[in-house]
Amino acid sequence: MDQFAVKVFVRLRPSVLDPAGEATKSASIKLGAEGIKSLRIGKMIEVKIEGNGENEVREKIDLLCDRLFANTVIEDYEYSLEKL
Amino acid sequence: MDNFTVGVVVFPGSNCDRDVSWALEGCLDIRTKYLWHESSDLSDVDAIVLPGGFSYGDYLRCGAIARFSPLINALDEFVKSGKRVLGICNGFQILTESGFLPGALVANKNLNFICDDVELDIVSSKGGWFNNADEKQTIKLPIAHGEGRYHCDSDTLKKLVDNELIALRYKNNPNGSSFDIAGITNEKGNVLGLMPHPERACDKIIGGTDGLFTLKSLILK
Repeated sequence: MDQFAVKVFVRLRPSVLDPAGEATKSASIKLGAEGIKSLRIGKMIEVKIEGNGENEVREKIDLLCDRLFANTVIEDYEYSLEKL
Repeated sequence: MDNFTVGVVVFPGSNCDRDVSWALEGCLDIRTKYLWHESSDLSDVDAIVLPGGFSYGDYLRCGAIARFSPLINALDEFVKSGKRVLGICNGFQILTESGFLPGALVANKNLNFICDDVELDIVSSKGGWFNNADEKQTIKLPIAHGEGRYHCDSDTLKKLVDNELIALRYKNNPNGSSFDIAGITNEKGNVLGLMPHPERACDKIIGGTDGLFTLKSLILK
């Protein structure tokens, strides 16, 4: 069995308003940061997972992302995978 | 309706289960039974309410974890059999997360947790959940949510409009919901999800009785 470290990024779809991102953008500007054009907040999920090779692990992660980690009505996801 | 029993589902973090039970039993004389979320036996209830609250602490997304409970798995067959399911607030979030209703509920536009009475237009009485005898009927119900902004894509919205699945619309949209949507039904009409709390408007002494009709309609066949 191989072990993999997976980092999943879940983001609100571009069409979905992100009020928390807007509020953070506003605070960033108050802090004095210049030039911020857009700021959106997502989630990062770290998973350590075992499986027989990368393909099998990708299948498991795809299922997790599609059914649990992200709600694809409002969110997109992507992930990176590193063999340990 | 001697033996008609409404199942009130209790998740870890539900906090309106007793309110719903009080409204049904105390105000409407309808028998209730609490259903722990790990139960999948729905054989002795005739309708189900998914109450408000913060199931599983709203972890990941509101309603996302509750979706995987044995009870929600068993709900599919219950809904297909035509029995009635009412999802209030967190219950509505669970119904969208689990795919019984389309769309999703996301953070309020102004980021505030809004606790207020709101005026609502009854758009459709599909399923008989609302008394729509007067086409311009407006009711007042309390809302209490941080993630109540209904969101769906334009195709879904068109389908909701074309099939008369929008039950309630806010008169003065408090949270940024698409098309002012406060509640929707499934196509059959036996599943209703709404953000306002009908169970908190069932007695004059607490400010209104506009929620009674919806709770009473649980006993419709």
